[in-house]
Amino acid sequence: MKARSKRLMLVGGGVVLLVAAVALVLSAFQQNLVFFHTPSEVAAGKAPTGTTFRVGGMVEEGSIRREADGLTVSFAITDTAQVIPVSYRGTLPDLFKEGKGAVVQGKLEADGTFRATEVLAKHDENYMPPEAAHAVEQASKAAATVSQ
Amino acid sequence: MIPELGHFALVLALVLALVQAVVPMIGASRNRLALMAVGRPAAQGQFFFILFSYACLTWAFIQSDFSVQLAAANSHSATPLMYKITGVWGNHEGSLLLWAMSLSLWTVAVTVFSRHLPEAFVARVLGVLGWVSVGFLSFLLVTSNPFDRLLPAVGEGRDLNPLLQDPGMIIHPPLLYMGYVGFSVAFAFAIAALLSGRLDAAWARWSRPWTTVAWVFLTAGIAIGSGWAYYELGWGGWWFWDPVENASFMPWLLGTALMHSLAVTEKRGAFRSWTVLLAISAFSLSLLGTFIVRSGVITSVHAFATDPKRGLFILALLVIVIGVSLLLYAWRAPKLGGGGSFGLVSRETSLLGNNVLLSVASASVLLGTMYPLFLDALGMGKISVGPPYFEAVFIPLMTPVVVLMMFGPFLRWKDDDLGAAVRKVAPAFIASVLIGVGTAYAVGHVTWRTVLGLALAAWVVLASIQLLAGRITERAGAAMGARLRSITAAWWGMWLAHLGIGVFIIGVTLVGSLDANLDVKMQNGQHAELAGYTFTFRGVQDADGPNYDAARATIDVTRDGRPVATLTPEKRLYVAQGMPMTEASIDIGPFRDVYVSLGEQIEDGSWIVSLYYKPFISWIWLGCILMGLGGICAAADRRYRRLAARDATVAANQRVA
Repeated sequence: MKARSKRLMLVGGGVVLLVAAVALVLSAFQQNLVFFHTPSEVAAGKAPTGTTFRVGGMVEEGSIRREADGLTVSFAITDTAQVIPVSYRGTLPDLFKEGKGAVVQGKLEADGTFRATEVLAKHDENYMPPEAAHAVEQASKAAATVSQ
Repeated sequence: MIPELGHFALVLALVLALVQAVVPMIGASRNRLALMAVGRPAAQGQFFFILFSYACLTWAFIQSDFSVQLAAANSHSATPLMYKITGVWGNHEGSLLLWAMSLSLWTVAVTVFSRHLPEAFVARVLGVLGWVSVGFLSFLLVTSNPFDRLLPAVGEGRDLNPLLQDPGMIIHPPLLYMGYVGFSVAFAFAIAALLSGRLDAAWARWSRPWTTVAWVFLTAGIAIGSGWAYYELGWGGWWFWDPVENASFMPWLLGTALMHSLAVTEKRGAFRSWTVLLAISAFSLSLLGTFIVRSGVITSVHAFATDPKRGLFILALLVIVIGVSLLLYAWRAPKLGGGGSFGLVSRETSLLGNNVLLSVASASVLLGTMYPLFLDALGMGKISVGPPYFEAVFIPLMTPVVVLMMFGPFLRWKDDDLGAAVRKVAPAFIASVLIGVGTAYAVGHVTWRTVLGLALAAWVVLASIQLLAGRITERAGAAMGARLRSITAAWWGMWLAHLGIGVFIIGVTLVGSLDANLDVKMQNGQHAELAGYTFTFRGVQDADGPNYDAARATIDVTRDGRPVATLTPEKRLYVAQGMPMTEASIDIGPFRDVYVSLGEQIEDGSWIVSLYYKPFISWIWLGCILMGLGGICAAADRRYRRLAARDATVAANQRVA
């Protein structure tokens, strides 16, 4: 083989490898994005059913209830305008509390309950998950427009 | 008084950093030895003042001087001494000071271990490092002064985040920073080489040990961080693809590529511009990591800053560093020349393939980490990219990397015969596939992921054995001791680090396939079963610590009636911040961990307990240890010192001439 064609094969092989790798990355990326919706969006039916997404807001005061098995917990996430019932089985993060911010990830059931597979809370007392803060902010903005 | 002295020392350090950044550079371009010689003392003086400043800050923490705002916000008079000291870097300002100190420490190391290099080259390296230091010290002084006073002083501090009050946190940040910042040396070498137009095998040889040592620190820092997450976060995971972890993983991937690319540049003169580009990118990703972690753009235990000015400052620094070095690269790289040619089937090709794959892997982590931040910053909605994406990308990208990693060392430099090489490794390869399938059946978990993982691990182990055997039989006739001695430390380093990858894969695969988890409600005397172990709940006592109240459960673990361990997980409430914490209890074994963490108490007085069975999880960290040891061996190779002596003679002759 001539040096020129060797070089060409090397470059060609490299390009093919690179294109394949990039295609793989991009397709995996598209399939695994998790979108975020505020409780108001979920209540308005803008959230998908059957795919995983995130909802953030405050854990509504007095909403945490434990089922008889002691492990399944139900609570409600609110952005102060709308309330979404959530059910979750497993241990909750240490900083999960009523009246504090939280983000849940999971799927919306047909009966309107959000079945969470993951519950995220804050890392310290003063920190609010940005998604939760965002949801509450959106809702209060919407409320302000309505009252005008 | 002492905090003001610390502040003043920091200002002096900045002045010296400016001197170090400007004077030696001028000296190098005008060929004035006297000006070049300023670099070393300026760097050493700068280190002294930063060290002094750091000591002053630590003193404020130890003395619980709550008139210093940082101490008031991150310490408490009842905090154990160890955590008062580590609390210094458990916050934005202090951790940046630690960053600046590690940079300065690396620079001093360069001044000490560069006697054999040409003066002009050292002057440029120190100049580049000086500019990086100027950037960070002015960032500290302008936006994040660690010595800000709180007047009037408060009576009691708010304490360090309890998650950080842990032995793992004593060494994780310094190691990680030494790794991150260590790539600045490789970066400075690359920039100096671009400036001087001297980008040859000698340059690659000088860069190699520095890059490898930085990589060892980064590996150790990441491994310890992962270990900390495993036992401290209380739910048994070891890697979460969290943006902060990704921030350290991206430079690690590129650093790995850089080490291998430097090897080719040193041995064969090839890949020069690629190597320079990797050195620039690895350091840029370290800076980006600092930005992600410290600017407060992400939700994390690491994100301290909320002041947008700080984020902008780091971003500007990042843009300047990347912009200037890429401009310089675009200007100079075309003049550097190609270097040694090589055949289609050669060790160079295998290393090039892995370099491309590692870079793509790094880019994929960058995409998954930064894209959500971009969308959010542009107000285009909030999304998150979780572990499924990274797993979907990493398994197919890393599989060829691991296969090539063990095939490459069997190939000769320059040119080899593909047929002969394949015939050499075919038995080991086929055996690996069979072992993968067989072991998956034996452990009763036949999924493609388990089979693939086990086959890859078997491939690494078998090929390593074959490689070593080949190396030993190479010099037939010589005594065994002589044959072993003829193997260089660099070779052992490569061998160990690659074997470490195999051990790591065994851990990841088996813990991913076979781990078991049970959340259960338990009362005094109740039992629960998991993976053949019986857990008996023996009640909860108070176990208060110096700065927290705790409930400690006692759980007996038995297997087939024989006692295995008594585990004592805790639920703590840190008084100063009113913050609850789960403290898991783990029985660590060579082939499995039994892991218990305490949830909350519910109305009827029973507790929620999470039980985990984690087979082979220690192998993950054992693999990292082997990789680190490999790196140490490679950096300690005698060749660097022997050739350093030769370079020193050459440099001295040049000086005379």
